[in-house]
Amino acid sequence: MPTLEMTLNGKPVSVEIEPGDLLADVLRDRLGLIGTKVACGEGECGACTVLVDGETVTSCIYPAMKVRGRQVLTIEGLSEGRELDPIQMAFAAHAAAQCGYCTPGFIMAAKALLDENPHPTREEIKRAIAGNLCRCTGYYQIIDAIEDAAEQMRREG
Amino acid sequence: MWRKYLFPATVQEALEMLIAHPGESQIIAGGTDLVLQSKRGQCPATVIVDITHVPGLDFIVERDGFIFIGCQVTHAQIAASPLICHKAEVLALACGSVGGPATRSVGTLVGNVVNALPAADGAIALFALEAEVEVADGSGRRWMPIAELYAGVGQCVLDPCAQMVTTIRFRPLERGQASAYQRLANRKALALPTLAVGAVVGVQDGVCDGVRVSVGPVAPTPFRARQAEAALVGQPPTAEAIARAAELAGQAAQPRDSLLRGSRDYRQAMVGVLVRRALTEAVAKAKER
Repeated sequence: MPTLEMTLNGKPVSVEIEPGDLLADVLRDRLGLIGTKVACGEGECGACTVLVDGETVTSCIYPAMKVRGRQVLTIEGLSEGRELDPIQMAFAAHAAAQCGYCTPGFIMAAKALLDENPHPTREEIKRAIAGNLCRCTGYYQIIDAIEDAAEQMRREG
Repeated sequence: MWRKYLFPATVQEALEMLIAHPGESQIIAGGTDLVLQSKRGQCPATVIVDITHVPGLDFIVERDGFIFIGCQVTHAQIAASPLICHKAEVLALACGSVGGPATRSVGTLVGNVVNALPAADGAIALFALEAEVEVADGSGRRWMPIAELYAGVGQCVLDPCAQMVTTIRFRPLERGQASAYQRLANRKALALPTLAVGAVVGVQDGVCDGVRVSVGPVAPTPFRARQAEAALVGQPPTAEAIARAAELAGQAAQPRDSLLRGSRDYRQAMVGVLVRRALTEAVAKAKER
């Protein structure tokens, strides 16, 4: 079995995998990071979104071998202990989750957006989450939350 | 799912890895199509050759009268490229409409082409740009027109166990030329087009020249609406001339009834509508360049 070495949520990680393993399965089944959700399994819904070198990928169709030597950020990497990231706080404050299954994917898509663009318009927010499906909230709370998180993050510098 | 996952350091090494595993090897770049095909049992490959670590294949560059795009270039990079936005806008618009952000940041234009699907946005735009692809194999490298890559729906003429596409090239649009991309889909994101049209038009001395109209997916492969193009060349770009060209494009299209994409009659009517919109937009932009 090949050994995969990567930087996961800021820490070096080494894990044995099969050549055909997908990133979502390695994160969940081999490393126990079950915050990343698998819903459609076909890269269509965005629930499994994580960041690789700062860019969003749908980890359910992303070969794990591809992250060799790269930086992977999952939902577990956002909070510090019990201290939540501003995006997570804003999702809670705006009730931007109902069943919650899509939420980690939305938050990671928002994270990629706000790291790149601290002043997004509502239209830019919509485009950034265009790859994420939610069947509960109707999206408005999610867009409000990301808008609010952007403001919080700008205020905190 | 796969037996081996290999990282070649050069194109030559990639080809050697393919040839060393006849019948079971395949190139991967972004993998957004290949992984799905493997998961669904639609791809026999078990030895995967990942070319994303090969240096020097991630270029978007203008040189010697062409724009060249390397086989590692993603849809997101093309959509954001100032060169492509300025000199091949149809391609930037098409690549920007593929899937969602995570598909675009991973999936490559060359992958979009070699999968040979009739609904591939990037490929439809490349037909309007009369693009060529560089094919590398054991006998060397050669350029071939994009249309010759297609053997049928989802079928590329290349041997996945011996050949790869390294580069795409096409002529940049110059003064007096402009392009447009019109797309119809069930949703604004994460949806293949039910219909898409690329258009390139030049306007010189008050008449149209260099008209190129590409349409998909209304046939097994993207195709050029040649009658529509011919009808507009040499004509002043009036609304009437554009409408007539659009009507000819609609007549030339032979869509099938599709539960996924809509009825034959609807899509045939919409070919005319989208071609008219694309030509109108391209003409308006060409007059300003």
